[in-house]
Amino acid sequence: MLQAVPISWFLTLSAVLFSLGVAGFLFRRNIITVFMSIELMLNAVNLSFVTFSYHHKEVAGHLFTFFVMVVAAAEAAVGLAIILTVFKNRATLNIDDVSSMKN
Amino acid sequence: MQLWLIPLLPLLGFLINGIFGRRFSKGLINTVAIGSVVFSFAWVLKTIAGMGDLNSSVTEHYFTWIQSGALNIGCDFFVDRLTIVMLLVVTGVGSLIHIYAIGYMAHEGGYYRFFAYLNLFMFFMLMLVLGANYLLLFVGWEGVGLCSYLLIGFYFDKQFATNAGNKAFIVNRIGDFGFALAMFLIFRNFQSLDFATVFHQAPGATEQTLTLIGLLLMVGACGKSAQIPLYVWLPDAMAGPTPVSALIHAATMVTAGVYMTARSWVIYTHAPGAMDVIAIIGVATAFFAATIGLAQNDIKKVFAYSTVSQLGYMFIGVGSGAFGAAIWHLVTHAFFKALLFLGAGSVIHALSGEQDLRNMGGLRTKIKFTCFSMIFAWWAISGIPPAAGFYSKDAILAAAYAHSPAIYWIGVFTAGLTAFYVSRAMFLTFFGEYRGHEHPHESPPVMWVPLVILGVLSLVGGAVFNVPEFLKYVFPAVVEPENHALVMISIAAGAIGILLAAWMYVWQPGMADKLAAAFSAPYKLIYSKYFVDEVYDATVVKPVVGGSRLLLWKGIDAGLIDGIVNGVGGRARDIGSAFRLLQSGNIRSYAAWVLFGGVAVIVVMGIAGGLR
Amino acid sequence: MDVILFLIFAAIAVVCAINVVVQTHPISSALSLVGVMGSLAVLYLLLGAEFIAAAQVIVYAGAIMVLFVFVIMLLNAGAETRKGRSLMVQFLGVPLLIFFLGLAAYFVQRMFPDNTMVRFGGFTCAGMQTGESCGGAETVGRALFTTYLLPFEVTSVLILIAIIGAIVLARKELE
Repeated sequence: MLQAVPISWFLTLSAVLFSLGVAGFLFRRNIITVFMSIELMLNAVNLSFVTFSYHHKEVAGHLFTFFVMVVAAAEAAVGLAIILTVFKNRATLNIDDVSSMKN
Repeated sequence: MQLWLIPLLPLLGFLINGIFGRRFSKGLINTVAIGSVVFSFAWVLKTIAGMGDLNSSVTEHYFTWIQSGALNIGCDFFVDRLTIVMLLVVTGVGSLIHIYAIGYMAHEGGYYRFFAYLNLFMFFMLMLVLGANYLLLFVGWEGVGLCSYLLIGFYFDKQFATNAGNKAFIVNRIGDFGFALAMFLIFRNFQSLDFATVFHQAPGATEQTLTLIGLLLMVGACGKSAQIPLYVWLPDAMAGPTPVSALIHAATMVTAGVYMTARSWVIYTHAPGAMDVIAIIGVATAFFAATIGLAQNDIKKVFAYSTVSQLGYMFIGVGSGAFGAAIWHLVTHAFFKALLFLGAGSVIHALSGEQDLRNMGGLRTKIKFTCFSMIFAWWAISGIPPAAGFYSKDAILAAAYAHSPAIYWIGVFTAGLTAFYVSRAMFLTFFGEYRGHEHPHESPPVMWVPLVILGVLSLVGGAVFNVPEFLKYVFPAVVEPENHALVMISIAAGAIGILLAAWMYVWQPGMADKLAAAFSAPYKLIYSKYFVDEVYDATVVKPVVGGSRLLLWKGIDAGLIDGIVNGVGGRARDIGSAFRLLQSGNIRSYAAWVLFGGVAVIVVMGIAGGLR
Repeated sequence: MDVILFLIFAAIAVVCAINVVVQTHPISSALSLVGVMGSLAVLYLLLGAEFIAAAQVIVYAGAIMVLFVFVIMLLNAGAETRKGRSLMVQFLGVPLLIFFLGLAAYFVQRMFPDNTMVRFGGFTCAGMQTGESCGGAETVGRALFTTYLLPFEVTSVLILIAIIGAIVLARKELE
């Protein structure tokens, strides 16, 4: 019986979460859901950072995670403001319908 | 010795007049142009005075122009007796013609341009004569061809003038091709293009090589000196102003071929086959051109064909080994032919542009100075002693007789024809009744003073300047038997020609037209210059132009090259429009492409650097 | 004990993540995402990253996700109408995904043969001082304010920009 968790399991989990985020990013039609998939991807990456920080016995990984969180916050704020503006103009949250380019 | 001043002064004249001449007054242009040539002439005299007994030659080396492997061409000038003769003719007669041109061109546009081109021509001609190697001679050769083109096409707004300029340049180019091939052969066999080296080694080469070189040099001379089959440009070159015809197409440029073959006498004396060919070409051209000159109605065309014919005589001299006699005829021809042309220019000026003989007549009372000067030229060209042409022509004919009697007899007959057509021109112009409608007036002194000087030279130049004597240190000795019978025969031929012309045009003025009507077919043939231009046009010009248009223009240029260039542009556009489809406006497809790109980068990094 | 904790919370994280992607109504996705973040916070604790775990809960789950929920409620986003999904995605997509994940797991396994083991309190680092935990606030703070000071200041500017941007974008147009 294992006494401790092998580090590769954390990385595998990170990969799983990341690919789920990618799948949501590609296949969902609601803008907000796409955005949340992006947040999911960022979280997976954060997990990866902290894991490697444990592996290399450095605290720098934690700091990267911290900065990722800050940037994610800023990005979420601005992105949601953009979504609000798009909704005001197009009255739809479907990303397929916001394109005004002729084919 | 500062030989470089001789060609440099006219070059300076060209540069000054060419760049600033537009703002100069006529007087200043004249001073620069005439001054440069006259000073050049003075420097030639000074050079001669400084050379002592003229038995040694002077070479001046200025800089090495080309140094490439075995090829070493220096910018060298070389003066020996032959060069002195040529220098005196070029600068002396050139100065007189420059002075004449002040009067002739006084009312023409582009005054400064004319004198600039004329000075440029003098520069190139002097380079040709002074050059100590074939390449420098070729530079002058090409340069005078260029100036000929510029000056023939001087009235560039006239289509026939520009066409004539093109024709001159292109036909000359064909000759230059032969010259270039000769230079290649010379270099290959003698590893040098210097006259001294080549002539030193020439006796050691095989006769075949020397014959080939001689023939190729002759091709070049045929182009420049208007021999068969490349003479067709010279009559059309009369489209240029008359001083140009006098200077370039009578006295100096067309004699460059004779000078070049005379300079290469070492090659020719060891290649008798080539010399025979030259003599045959010379006599054929002389006879051929003389027959055409019989029927021409434009006064300048008569003299143009006369020039071709007299050049043929010079080549007879070269071909018979009488190089000194050929150069002698070159000198005397410069005097009397330049005089004939300048006089014709004076007549044309007097008649305000009329050039057709049928509209002239009776001018001897109205333009006396011109008439008397031209009478001396007439005397000289007919070969009547003691005028200049007699001595030189006789020397050539005597040498021809020694070489091949057939050439002599044809030459004599041609001398008769020469006397006939020049007399015809003189009678139609100066005698009888005036058939035109203009008011003839005498030319200003700036025009008739050079005519008088040339007239005096034509009269005494033969007797005074015994050129073969002067040149016998340069050329191999020619044993000339003093055969008085030959001399008498040639004088008689000239006299018969003059009398026949007098009978047909002065005493029985309708005779010429009746004869022309009676022998209408030969007359038409001669009048149309034997349709040579038409034949050339059909056989050479049209196929080349047509082939060029079809194959080179439409086929290769428009089809292949434009196809490639446009094709590249077209393919770029196609690739671009393929990439355009990426920008669909569909956000999800963008996202998909981002992902794809990211995966691709990781894969590439993995393959390249290992999965680290 | 660590293994059991890991397995439980990893499973919760994966299930919630699948839920985020699969649910039609955005509010359900948002709540599932909160669940993911919470379980990740526990996993951070397992890795000895105490500060990060706290920050995750406070900032991510507590602020960002709240913002998301506010926007969803503001926009009155409804459930997504399902347009026909192609058969290819249905039958090929999921198996393919599982296959690639397996591949990734295999490679990850190969990269870490020296299986470092993770356990509570197993995290030690270089700049540690006696008596403090490596992933704690003191160590992180010390590194943040000495080695990584410049990025810290720059991120403050970044946040300022984001605030300005959000305000400008989302305000009512001045008539």
